[in-house]
Amino acid sequence: MPGFTLPSATLLAQSVLSGIFVGALYGLMGLGLSLSWGLLRIINLAHFAFAFLAAYICYQLASHGVDPLLTLVGIVPAFFLLGVLLHWLMARFRMTTFNSLLLTFGLMGIVEAVIQTIWTADFRKLESAYANQKFKLGALFFPVPELITLVLAVSLALSIWAVLRYTDLGRALRAAAEDPAVAAAFGVDQRRNGLLLAGTCAALVSIAGVCIALTATLAPSQMYAWIGVVFAAVMLGGLGSAIGPLVAGLLIGVSEAVTMAVTAPSWAPIVSFTLLIVVLVFRPGKAA
Amino acid sequence: MGSSLDRPARVGLITDQTGPLSFMGIANANVARMVVDDINERGGLLGRPVEWIVKDDQSKPDLARTLYEQLITADKVDLLMGPYATGAILSAMGVAQRYNKVLVHHTFGIPSLAKYEMQFPAWSLGSDPATTVPNTLFDALAAGPKPPKMVAVVTNKFPSIQFMTAGAREVMKKRGLQEVLFLEWDFGNRDFGPIAARIKDAKPDFVWVGAIGLDGNLLLDAMKKIDYEPPQHFYLYPAPGPLVSLPEAKNALAVTIFEDQPPFTSNPGAAEFVKLYHERATKAGLADPSVETQAAASYTAWQILEAGVNATKSLDDKAIATWLKANRVDTIQGKLRFNGPGNYGDDLMRIKQVQNGHWVVVWPKEVTSGGAKLQAN
Repeated sequence: MPGFTLPSATLLAQSVLSGIFVGALYGLMGLGLSLSWGLLRIINLAHFAFAFLAAYICYQLASHGVDPLLTLVGIVPAFFLLGVLLHWLMARFRMTTFNSLLLTFGLMGIVEAVIQTIWTADFRKLESAYANQKFKLGALFFPVPELITLVLAVSLALSIWAVLRYTDLGRALRAAAEDPAVAAAFGVDQRRNGLLLAGTCAALVSIAGVCIALTATLAPSQMYAWIGVVFAAVMLGGLGSAIGPLVAGLLIGVSEAVTMAVTAPSWAPIVSFTLLIVVLVFRPGKAA
Repeated sequence: MGSSLDRPARVGLITDQTGPLSFMGIANANVARMVVDDINERGGLLGRPVEWIVKDDQSKPDLARTLYEQLITADKVDLLMGPYATGAILSAMGVAQRYNKVLVHHTFGIPSLAKYEMQFPAWSLGSDPATTVPNTLFDALAAGPKPPKMVAVVTNKFPSIQFMTAGAREVMKKRGLQEVLFLEWDFGNRDFGPIAARIKDAKPDFVWVGAIGLDGNLLLDAMKKIDYEPPQHFYLYPAPGPLVSLPEAKNALAVTIFEDQPPFTSNPGAAEFVKLYHERATKAGLADPSVETQAAASYTAWQILEAGVNATKSLDDKAIATWLKANRVDTIQGKLRFNGPGNYGDDLMRIKQVQNGHWVVVWPKEVTSGGAKLQAN
């Protein structure tokens, strides 16, 4: 590999940490997408636009003095309703999986245009009290905004996993995804559950959006930069899985960061897609 | 039926209204709107009102090519105004050449690729910027408080950035500077944590950052998270507004052809332009309404085109091109010439630095902002 260097232990450890933090964001972004794709059979590209819309709303509220984390109180329910509305529309027109991809791609463009109209294409940076806070452990630094993202990503993934695994709603959702006809015969209200899940997916991505606002500088077109790597995390993690995207996101984030630490950073994007190709070749059922 | 002299003079412009380069494209469109209003208030071009047609290339050079073709063949524009960014300009140049149209462009970063004889640059970075610009920078550093010896070179692989960074590495070698780190990343890189950690690990006394857009902010953010402050640092083409607003950008260096401060504002028309641009940009809701390289190059492009039309008293592309090659044009950057290699003139790139939350020009001495001197962390 070009420019390979043996990194110091501190450099390597700090890079792994950086990979964990960015991987957690991949996982959080991928969580709703994975559930929507796997359980509702809807590939929601507007997911990325919703994340950035939530990020901009958070930025706007925070610039008026609201604590960025407090904005979740308004943002999460609002996006839940948005998700419900979008799903109701798609169900009304009996959208196929492929058509959902096309529709939500168009919606993504519309949301981008709306964001650009309101906030312009200029870069926006949320200045919050969290931005400068960090912990130091030995020679390693743990920035607070990234820690918040990690905690949210892990706790939400575990909560969703528990709901899917142990509740009647979770069982009903999984059953409906597995065999809609049989699930209906057992009295599963797929319409209601679908709306609930779609709303939850949108609410989850709005939380990811707030984390983006906390950790990154915003520009409308940046929503497209996340598509490839988050899709890779979702497909690696398994469609419909709650824990999978997080584990895959962490794997991708850490692999990319270590690649950047030991060789040319421009090699990093190759890692996530190579991992995806390897999984698709050797375990094709995993990403189906 | 009226003659062609009765109808407005149409000028076609493609700019990045959306996509990753739109943060600069909106400055171009803002300037165009302002200039066209101004020209029309002054009686238009050759007595004809100016009508401008703007299209969005979505930051895609291939789309820029198609849209310039449309401007010429479908919209029947009389004159072309070039786009922003090297890739899009190169695309536009091919179309302009095919239809023998003059193309004045904003910020083309690789002059050696400008082969078309009727293209004219508004960004006066000289014909060999990969050598002259780094030399200007290292002259400034050599005269500063801590002349560097060990340099970390980190860069985006965006073509015009990579080109300048390659030149800087050559210049460094000739000056006997030691390169302690060299890293490249792709356009759109999200995670700057490992890059920051590697810079910290390399312990340079100067960091050359081949930055475009937000790279500088992202890298400085990542450095802050690991408690690292570079002793001296340079960012090639940063988004100037966001960078200057970052506390970590203290003493960051960059290049400029124009700043909204003396002595630049002493050039004819410059102060008026700065005032009007600020008003328009504020009204348009831009986060950074200040004038710097992009807006200045954009305004200069219109000055060049208008000068060519007025001097030749025609909209004939060949006549305008011939005149521009033979004459100097008064612009807010100074008197520009187009008789060098690739129609490039002098390298007017200056070195600016973030001091007390503002950009100030620190090199060369004759254009510094009120005698400002280069500082180190």
